[in-house]
Amino acid sequence: MTEINISEFPTKISSLSELADSKENSGIGETSPVKGKYGKYGGQYVPEVLMPALEELEEGYERYKSDPEFLSELDYYLKEFAGRKTPLYFARNLSRKYGSKIYLKREDLVHGGAHKLNNAIGQALLAKYMGKTRLIAETGAGQHGTATAMAGANLGFETVVYMGAKDVKRQQMNAYRMELMGTEVKPVETGSKTLKDAINEAFRDWVTNIGNTHYLIGSVVGPHPYPVIVRDFQSVIGREVKEQILQKEGLMPDSIIACAGGGSNAMGIFHPFVENTEVELIAVEAGGKSLKCTEKAALHSASLCAGEEGILHGARTKVLQDKNGQILESESVSAGLDYSGVGPELAYLSESGRVTARYATDNEALEAFHELSRLEGIIPALESSHALAYLKKASEAGELGEIVVVNLSGRGDKDLETVLSLRGGI
Amino acid sequence: MRRQKISEKFSELRERKEGALICYVMAGDPSAEGTGEIVKALVDGGADIIELGFPFSDPVADGPTIQVAGQRALAAGMDTRRYFELVKTLEVRIPLVCMTYYNPVFRYGVEKFVEQAADAGISGLIVPDIPVEEAVDLNNSCEKYGLDLIFLVAPTTTEGRVRKILEKGSGFLYLVSRLGVTGAREDISSSTRELLSRIETGIPKAVGFGISTGKQAAEVREAGADAVIVGSAFVRIIEEGKDVNDRLKALAEELKSGIRRAS
Repeated sequence: MTEINISEFPTKISSLSELADSKENSGIGETSPVKGKYGKYGGQYVPEVLMPALEELEEGYERYKSDPEFLSELDYYLKEFAGRKTPLYFARNLSRKYGSKIYLKREDLVHGGAHKLNNAIGQALLAKYMGKTRLIAETGAGQHGTATAMAGANLGFETVVYMGAKDVKRQQMNAYRMELMGTEVKPVETGSKTLKDAINEAFRDWVTNIGNTHYLIGSVVGPHPYPVIVRDFQSVIGREVKEQILQKEGLMPDSIIACAGGGSNAMGIFHPFVENTEVELIAVEAGGKSLKCTEKAALHSASLCAGEEGILHGARTKVLQDKNGQILESESVSAGLDYSGVGPELAYLSESGRVTARYATDNEALEAFHELSRLEGIIPALESSHALAYLKKASEAGELGEIVVVNLSGRGDKDLETVLSLRGGI
Repeated sequence: MRRQKISEKFSELRERKEGALICYVMAGDPSAEGTGEIVKALVDGGADIIELGFPFSDPVADGPTIQVAGQRALAAGMDTRRYFELVKTLEVRIPLVCMTYYNPVFRYGVEKFVEQAADAGISGLIVPDIPVEEAVDLNNSCEKYGLDLIFLVAPTTTEGRVRKILEKGSGFLYLVSRLGVTGAREDISSSTRELLSRIETGIPKAVGFGISTGKQAAEVREAGADAVIVGSAFVRIIEEGKDVNDRLKALAEELKSGIRRAS
C-alpha cells in the first residue's frame, strides 16, 4: 500500500486491542453481551442508511486491527510522522510545589501539537486499507480538523472538514492551516454554528456519500464502533506511560489525571490502566463559568459531573439537555472541551466508580495555564490546563497521590489569543 | 373526534385502488395555533395521513429545511406537553403520525411518551435515529398502547436487515428514496425503483425524501409505491410565509392528483 519498506520497522504492537481483549468493552469485568455497549451506555442510535456503513467499518477494523502489515505501517507513521514515543517528563518544579512526584505525558510534542494525530493517522490508514478515497471530519477548535488534514494530505485523500461558522471565525488560523494542507473547510451555518452542528453536518455528508467516504470521528463518541476504534488508536498513550513509569519508578502511579470533553485523551491514557485497580483514574471536565444551566444553554461542558442520561450523536451516554430532551449548548474557555456529550465508555466507567469525574472552572484552568508556563517552561493547551488545575485542588484537599501522571494532551500556542483577550490584552 | 388507524386508511384506499399522500409538517412552526390551520389546508388538499414533526435540537436525518423549521418551533415554545395538547385539539379524522428523534422520547420516558401519544390520538410513531436493534423498549410500548412503529429502509439496507425490520415494523414501511437527508430534489432516482421491487411485504410501502411535485409523485406511485411522503416542499412554503394555507392546499392537490393519475 505504500512505498515504505516495512520490514525496516519492527512491529511493536501485535494487536491494537491487545490490552482490551481479555476484558472487552469495560475492562473491569462486568461485560455486556451486546456489542458496543458499556453497561447501558453506547450502542448505535443512527439513521438506518448508516447502519451498513457502521457494519462495514466494524468488519474493516476487526480485520485490520491485528493485521501485521497494517500495524507495522501504523507503527511507522506514529514513529516517523507523528514523532512518537513522547517523553514522560518529570516536572521537577511543579513536583516541588505540590509535594508529589508529578510526571507529564508530553502529547503536546506530537506532530500538530496535540494527541489528536494518534487517532487521525490510525483511522486514515484504516480508511485507506478499506479502499476509501475521501475523508470527512468535524472540528470545534480545529485541532482534530488539523490532524485529519495532516493525515489526509500525507496519505493522499480528498479531505473535507466541517466546522461551525462561529468557530471558523474564532479560529481563522486553524481554518487556514487546514486549507494549506489541501483540506476543504466547510463552515456550518445551522443551529448554534459550533461543534455539535458540525457533527450533524458531517453525519449528513456521510449519509449521502457512504460509498467512497470515511467519517473520521475525532473523539471516543458516536455510534459503535467509533468509541472502540478511537480508544484503541489513542491507547498508545497509556501503553507508553505504563512502560515509562515502570522504568522510571518501578511502580505504578497512584493516579492518572486527564481532561475530558469527548474523552479521547482520557480514554487513551486510562484504558491500559483500567485493569490496574490500584491506579486512580481522574477525568477533569470543563466547569466553564459554573455548573449551572440557563434555559437554553449550560454554562459548562461537564457531562459526567452534571449531565443526564440521553442519546446524542449515535450513542447513549451522559448529555447536557433540558427536561424535554433538547440538547443544551455547552460552554468552556477551551474549545476542545466545549461539547454537550461525552464518550459512552467514560460515562460507564465514571458511573461504575472506576473513573473519578471532577471539574475545573475557566478561571482555575487559566491559573494552571500560567503556572505551568512559568514553572516548567511548557505552555499547555487550555484543555490540558483543566487536568493541571486539578493538581492544586487535590493537593489542597490532601488527595494528591505520591506519584501522579498528568496527560499533557496539547500545547497552548493555539490559545494565546484567547488568553490575551481574557486579560484584556487584545 | 375518532381518528382512523393507519391500516383502516390504507384498506379504504385499496378499495378505491388509490395511493396515499402522506404530508409532513413541523408542529409549532411557526406557532401552535398556526399548525391547526396548516393541517386543515393539507387535509382539504387531499392528504391521507399527516406526519406531525416534534422538534429536536440535533436532527441528523433531516436536511436544512426541516432543521430550521424545528428551530423555529422550539423558539416558539413547542415542548412535549404542548405537542400532545395540540394533537388533541386538531380536528382531523385521518391518521396522525408523530415523527421525532429518540432523545426527546427517551428523556420524557419511553412508555409515558407512547401512552400520551396514543391518548392524544396519534396512530403511529417514526423515530429515524433508532435502528431496529435498539428499539426494544419503544416496540414494547407501542404494542402495549396500540401504536404503529414505522421503520425506515434505505437503498443501502441489506436483505438481512430488511427481514429484521419487517418483523418489528407496522403501519407502513418508510422507504428512503435515495442516500442523504430529507429535502426536495429534482430527480427520482433509479434506486427507488430497485428498492420498491426488491422488498416484499404485506404492509404498505411509502416512499419519501426528495419528492415535491405531482409528476414525481406519479412516477413513484407508478413504480409501485402504496404511498408518497412529502415534507420539505410543504415546510418551505410555511417558511416563506406568503399565502401559506392556499399554497399548501394547492400543492397537496397537485401531489394527490399525480398519485391518482398513476393509480
